[in-house]
Amino acid sequence: MPIGIIVESAPGETRVAATPSTVAQLIQLGYEVVVERGAGAGSSFPDADYEAAGARIVAKKAAWGSAVVLTVNAPTDAELKLLSKGAVLISWLSPALNPELIDKLVALPITALAVDAVPRISRAQSMDVLSSTANIAGYRAIVEAANAFGRFFTGQVTAAGKVPPAKVLVAGVGVAGLAAIGAASSLGAIVRATDPRPEVADQVASIGGTYLPVEVGETMDSSDGYAKATSEAYDKRAAELYSEQARDVDIIVTTANIPGRAAPKLITAADVASMRSGSVIVDLAAANGGNVVGTVPGEKIVTKNGVTIIGYTDLARRLPAQASQLYGQNLVNLLKLLTPGKDGALVLDLDDVVQRAITVARNGEKLWPPPAVQVSAAPAAASAPIAAVTSKRRGIPRAVRIALTIVGILALFVIIAIAPPPLPQHITVFVLAIVIGFYVIGKVHHALHTPLMSVTNAISGIVVVGALVQIAVGDPVTRVLSVIAVLLTSINIFGGFAVTRRMLRMFSKG
Amino acid sequence: MFDSLATASVAIAGGAYIVAALLFILSLGGLSRHETARGGVIYGIVGMIIALVATVVLVIQRTDGLGIVLLVVAVAIGGSIGLWRAARVQMTGMPQFIALLHSFVGLAAVLIGWNGYLHDGGIAANLVGIHHAEVFIGVFIGAVTFTGSIIAFLKLSARMPSAPLVLPGRNALNLGALVVFVGLTVWFVITPTLGLLIAVTVLALLLGLHLVASIGGGDMPVVVSMLNSYSGWAAAASGFLLDNDLLIVTGALVGSSGAFLSYIMCQAMNRSFLSVIAGGFGIEAPTKGDEETGEYHEITATDTAQLLAEARSVIITPGFGMAVAQAQYPVAELARVLRARGVEVHFGIHPVAGRLPGHMNVLLAEAKVPYDIVLSMDEINDDFPGTSVVLVIGANDTVNPAAAEDPGSPIAGMPVLKVWEADEVIVFKRSMASGYAGVQNPLFYRDNARMLFGDAKDRVEEIVHELGRLNPASPGAGAAHASSE
Repeated sequence: MPIGIIVESAPGETRVAATPSTVAQLIQLGYEVVVERGAGAGSSFPDADYEAAGARIVAKKAAWGSAVVLTVNAPTDAELKLLSKGAVLISWLSPALNPELIDKLVALPITALAVDAVPRISRAQSMDVLSSTANIAGYRAIVEAANAFGRFFTGQVTAAGKVPPAKVLVAGVGVAGLAAIGAASSLGAIVRATDPRPEVADQVASIGGTYLPVEVGETMDSSDGYAKATSEAYDKRAAELYSEQARDVDIIVTTANIPGRAAPKLITAADVASMRSGSVIVDLAAANGGNVVGTVPGEKIVTKNGVTIIGYTDLARRLPAQASQLYGQNLVNLLKLLTPGKDGALVLDLDDVVQRAITVARNGEKLWPPPAVQVSAAPAAASAPIAAVTSKRRGIPRAVRIALTIVGILALFVIIAIAPPPLPQHITVFVLAIVIGFYVIGKVHHALHTPLMSVTNAISGIVVVGALVQIAVGDPVTRVLSVIAVLLTSINIFGGFAVTRRMLRMFSKG
Repeated sequence: MFDSLATASVAIAGGAYIVAALLFILSLGGLSRHETARGGVIYGIVGMIIALVATVVLVIQRTDGLGIVLLVVAVAIGGSIGLWRAARVQMTGMPQFIALLHSFVGLAAVLIGWNGYLHDGGIAANLVGIHHAEVFIGVFIGAVTFTGSIIAFLKLSARMPSAPLVLPGRNALNLGALVVFVGLTVWFVITPTLGLLIAVTVLALLLGLHLVASIGGGDMPVVVSMLNSYSGWAAAASGFLLDNDLLIVTGALVGSSGAFLSYIMCQAMNRSFLSVIAGGFGIEAPTKGDEETGEYHEITATDTAQLLAEARSVIITPGFGMAVAQAQYPVAELARVLRARGVEVHFGIHPVAGRLPGHMNVLLAEAKVPYDIVLSMDEINDDFPGTSVVLVIGANDTVNPAAAEDPGSPIAGMPVLKVWEADEVIVFKRSMASGYAGVQNPLFYRDNARMLFGDAKDRVEEIVHELGRLNPASPGAGAAHASSE
């Protein structure tokens, strides 16, 4: 089956749906690949590189007429006419926002797969174009901010004086937020991050940021992998937090997008006004209306008090080669799933949740919207009963435990006090040795428990001392018994130590 | 003159015993870290030599030529058998070897107890009763250890089916035996007769037999460490009997060591020590859990190799199945190859993996896996969410998400390796059967889990082979050939 890669016609589009390296992988899957002349020009991939990877360079009509067509943007009406009947279109279709487009695709009729509808389950992560794009946007947001910011990000002590590090606030710790945190902290900035989901705190810390919790005793349980809208009390406290931070930080990157809804306003006009002159805000939600009051989608503006607000909606297009590579790799991973035989034959299996979720049309049959997919398999409610079960099994109540301890101590006291010598002395030694034993053994490394057992085997062979002394007794029965005991315990002593040494010699450090 | 020499050597022996006891404590202390472990064993050996030399000097002064000959011959034969077996035993066979060694200590304690009765060597009148009680306790603990260890040995070496023996009212049988033992002890203290000693020996032998026979295979790590503990208490009982502090100290050390290991094992299975001894686990399990099934996904060795080649980090969680398949060598090779490719590789060991505490660590060490990449459950459990691929080799119950998520599961609350939190989990398995606990494993039906069926050793070898054909630098075919040799 031929796969067509076309020149993207959307204004300002620099990306392409396949790079020379992903073309090679498509060919390995058994497909034939045709590339429209100049398709990779915007991403600095010359036609010659595609040819070297095994693709054929063709004219526009031939590329659009392939059995499978990969694109970055949804096709225009003119381009839809170029598709052959029964073709498979794999593209970024935004089906939830474009109902008319879906109807047109159904009418053609073709099979249309919306790559941006891949469910957020771990198996489908490798095909998640939203993550790839968000990652690029987060990184580029910091690059844009650094460009507009008139200072260093990192703190320095130079001969010309001390430079404080820039302070960056990232609102929303999704893929884009994490990428922004990572990029900003690797430039040396002090990075703080906010998010309604407290479980992201560890992720923030792991890439060098500090998580700022919004403390209202409410947590968000994300069952489909996306953030949801928050409650009123939460929003109030969050707004206070943003106001405090706006006065303090130099850079704000907002990434709060809620699927299918207008972006929440996080930073008010007053917050912007409270920021120092020269500060920069990058609003990654600009396309959805923006998280910041005053954002102009697609524009970079400077407010009266000298704060730059960047509302670019094309951040991914500003890193075309990287964006094309990641998008192309996502498509390769999707085609791997769709090509079980690796024979260049695309097979759509609608029983598979991933394939079902992305299929908006199949040969004239409208399949949008798909049934919901639950991401987190374990409902959070299960944790409470488990705690109950464990505590039930740890039976003994405190009072009983204390009583037992006291009884034990008293019993020991009585025995030692009334027993005739030399018993008290022996019991003292015995009890102290048990205590020492527990402390010493408690420190033994878990990996050495088997050598521990074999060495205790060897030293418990010390009962040989008793048997040896009994050999000295003249009585023949006693003698025979003690000889047997000596023999057995000798096996223990020699065998135990030898096997322990053998084992310990095996342990080597990498 | 002779008397004063004898008194002097008794005093010297007393000093030597204290030194030996200290060296034994240092020996166990040395095992706390890998770096000091070998030194620890040397302490133990030196302590043993000091104790033996002091004792032999004592014995030589008291006995005739025949006694010395018998002594030398017994030590020589026992020592050679010990060294011979220690050099030959397979690391997979360590559990049964250790169980056998426990039984020797038990039997020796029985024999010493009998000798203590047959020849009491002049004991003060007010101590006779105590002496007889000591004989009885020593013989009882020794005999239970002896037959218990023999049964454990037979079960572990598969000479006997590992399924639990279920006699009607077995808890009553065990308790009854204890009550009878207490009664017999009192009787024996009042009227010491040989018949009573024989009776208690037989009773204890039967109790040991029944105690271990009624415990199922999955609980074997607890049983072995429990017997380890018993062998220590048996030695301590001999020490009381013989008035010997060295035996008491050593026995107490070994006894508490075994008890501590048993405690760790029980915690790792979220069960009380009593419930293991009572052995209820193997029977109640299969009544529930079979209904939870679903669709599982298969993967080939080639695809696994591809997945591993692209992974950033890999965690391998082995279970006893790895040892059964003798797959530890190819697994070690796989770890080596992956590390050479720059993949971060760790091993995650559940405390009850294997048939013995720390058994997996020894098996991996034998296959030359560096010990610093072999981590315990507590050390590794937080790392699974960031891990690309987890390989589950021969483990089942120790990676069962039901333990953490399903309060109705028979293994609910047992701490497990949270492998399902990784990006991908590959489960090496012979077939879709359930684990030792007889519990279905919902891990196999997870979206991020893949089943790799077949013999673990063959499959791992295939993966290593496939990885050899994949070139890390360029996917070009020519380069791949160059690197495969």
